[in-house]
Amino acid sequence: MSDAAATPTRTLRGLLNARRGRNGRTHWTDVFTYLYLAFGIFLMFGPVIWLTMSSFKTSSALLEFPPTFLPLGQIEVQVEGYDKPLPLFEATLEDGTVKQLAQVRRIGIISQMVDPANPGEKYKVPINQRTEVREFRMAWDNYRDPLERFDFTRYLYNSVVVTVVATLVTLLINSMAAYGLAIYEFRGRGAIMMFVIGTLMIPITIILVPVYLVVTSMGMINSLWAVILPGAATPTGVFLLRQYMLTIPKDLIEAARMDRASEWAIYWKVVLPLAMPAIAVLAIFSIMWRWNDFLWPLIVLNRSEVYTLQVGLNAFQGELDVQWHYILAMTVVTLIPVTLVFAFLQKFITTGIASSGMK
Amino acid sequence: MTRIRLSEVKKAYGEVEVIHGVDLQVDSGEFCVFVGPSGCGKSTLLRIIAGLEDITSGSVIINGDTVNDIPASERGLAMVFQSYALYPHMSIYKNMAFGLENSKMPRTEIDNRVRAAARMLQLEDYLERKPKALSGGQRQRVAIGRAIVRDPRAFLFDEPLSNLDAELRVTMRKELATLHASIGGTMIYVTHDQVEAMTLADKIVVLNEGLIEQVGTPLDLYNNPQNAFVAGFIGSPRMNILDARVETGKAGLVLRAGPCAIAIPPVDGLAPGDKCSFGIRPEHMDVTSPDRADLIASCALSEQLGGETYLYCEVEGLPQITVHRPGQLSVSEGEEVALSIDRSKLHIFDRNGLTLANGVPS
Repeated sequence: MSDAAATPTRTLRGLLNARRGRNGRTHWTDVFTYLYLAFGIFLMFGPVIWLTMSSFKTSSALLEFPPTFLPLGQIEVQVEGYDKPLPLFEATLEDGTVKQLAQVRRIGIISQMVDPANPGEKYKVPINQRTEVREFRMAWDNYRDPLERFDFTRYLYNSVVVTVVATLVTLLINSMAAYGLAIYEFRGRGAIMMFVIGTLMIPITIILVPVYLVVTSMGMINSLWAVILPGAATPTGVFLLRQYMLTIPKDLIEAARMDRASEWAIYWKVVLPLAMPAIAVLAIFSIMWRWNDFLWPLIVLNRSEVYTLQVGLNAFQGELDVQWHYILAMTVVTLIPVTLVFAFLQKFITTGIASSGMK
Repeated sequence: MTRIRLSEVKKAYGEVEVIHGVDLQVDSGEFCVFVGPSGCGKSTLLRIIAGLEDITSGSVIINGDTVNDIPASERGLAMVFQSYALYPHMSIYKNMAFGLENSKMPRTEIDNRVRAAARMLQLEDYLERKPKALSGGQRQRVAIGRAIVRDPRAFLFDEPLSNLDAELRVTMRKELATLHASIGGTMIYVTHDQVEAMTLADKIVVLNEGLIEQVGTPLDLYNNPQNAFVAGFIGSPRMNILDARVETGKAGLVLRAGPCAIAIPPVDGLAPGDKCSFGIRPEHMDVTSPDRADLIASCALSEQLGGETYLYCEVEGLPQITVHRPGQLSVSEGEEVALSIDRSKLHIFDRNGLTLANGVPS
């Protein structure tokens, strides 16, 4: 950040106009850099944008080949003498003229059409001689239906509860463990730390069944606690925070001790505020882990009122019928909170991960 | 007021004993300075008193109560660290108030005390700033302020001035002396800088390798060192200490060190044939005429400071000899100088370094 302050040209415009070549000329590395960056953006954002666009398509439009980029819908017109609006087509007539006609009904391969401007005149057009007239139209139903009918708001709420509570619990107990392992010097401290890190090597598949048994015997199945508690103590978190706390000068802890601070006060008022960069990093990690967690919630949550978003999404995937339009729409909903977290905390991510933090 | 007593205090890290049994009494209101070379255990001893280090055996007694098992937070002492150890995330005000908040003091009382201390240390304008925004000297004052507001039973200073530049150090030294005069608490101060020790202390404790070499007032240590270590450590520049052999002379004994022979009257504990050493401070040597000289040396380097002159002289077979004279001396480098030794300031040590005489009649 000090760099930014030092170079006044580092505004958005300054950045965009920046050239490696001298005197504002474009060097070949400028071209290369922009191409490379553009490729990177395409690679990373392409799928997300495609997903967002697709989430506004109707289920039939999704199955169309070749696919369209924008969500499109067929235009319907109100024609005099007909109760319902009629779909609009561009038809090539026998004499070769092209006209926009509304379809009244379709019989076999022949479509009976009418000119909206002149409802009295009727045409018979083979269906391969007409194409739909479409406009940009977003299928908001993809969002409305799951959120209203399928109780997706409930899943959203569950996911938020799990993520927030689990992250708070994780931060609290991991930082307390890290405090113990960083601030106190006792016999076996290194061994305990190795043991904690060693648990990183055990894959979740191995502990899945034992943990499930424990959770069952504690009667937590189908409650959100079954998702929150088992993963609350993470070796990664303890390690991350502990290593950071080791960099806090010992003098500060001793000064606090001389200042009559209780151990809790030292932890809460001195060490935690100073470990904020590391805490922020762990918070971001924890939020991402919890939000995206699928396997464990799928195992312990069997009733739809306790589903999290990820499990809820899975419910759209039937054995025979996959409701892609709902899955895509709800995936977008699922992405929003993580994106927001990243947007607001990304300063901490970069400073925290690169953390020399404070001196 | 607070008296602190150490009795037979020993401290070992695993197998390695670093404090070998220290007995010490610090009286109420006294400014006591621990001084010694690096690694002599002075900081460890201070931390033992603070309660930040446990002791292996012995006892620490504050006002008659043994506090061995009482944690640092309960001992009622305040400490100023070498690194200042200010809480970087708190404002200056919060830094000073932190200790008081921990003892559940009413808010108005805290405010009064912090503002009074800030006034005393000229920190009033900085109370809302973070430590990062302060200069070294100001941070030091905050650290002292944090100690003062607590009204502790005693103040402990762990090399508080060693991170400051030379000029600021002199200023802060004076401020500390003033502070002690005005609040008058018991203070224990650790330093390796003997100028700080000499100027601040009521009582100096010289430590070496985990043992007390001597305890006394600054001038007592300067004039009557109990052994060669204290003699060499106190005083700047260092005392010249030369190994010598005792021979019989016309009017008593002669100390012979290389080409130099110093006639002295008989001294208790010194017999012809003994090995010993003698010490003479640079300021107790004089440049004289060759016929009255105790030794002839060649001047290797002369430092003319205007008000005073330092000569660094070499004599074959002896370590470099420093001479300090007031005023300006016209001695140039490479020139021969005749030096005389003030017998009344001559220190004689036996072969184990213990003092036999501090000054002999001439």
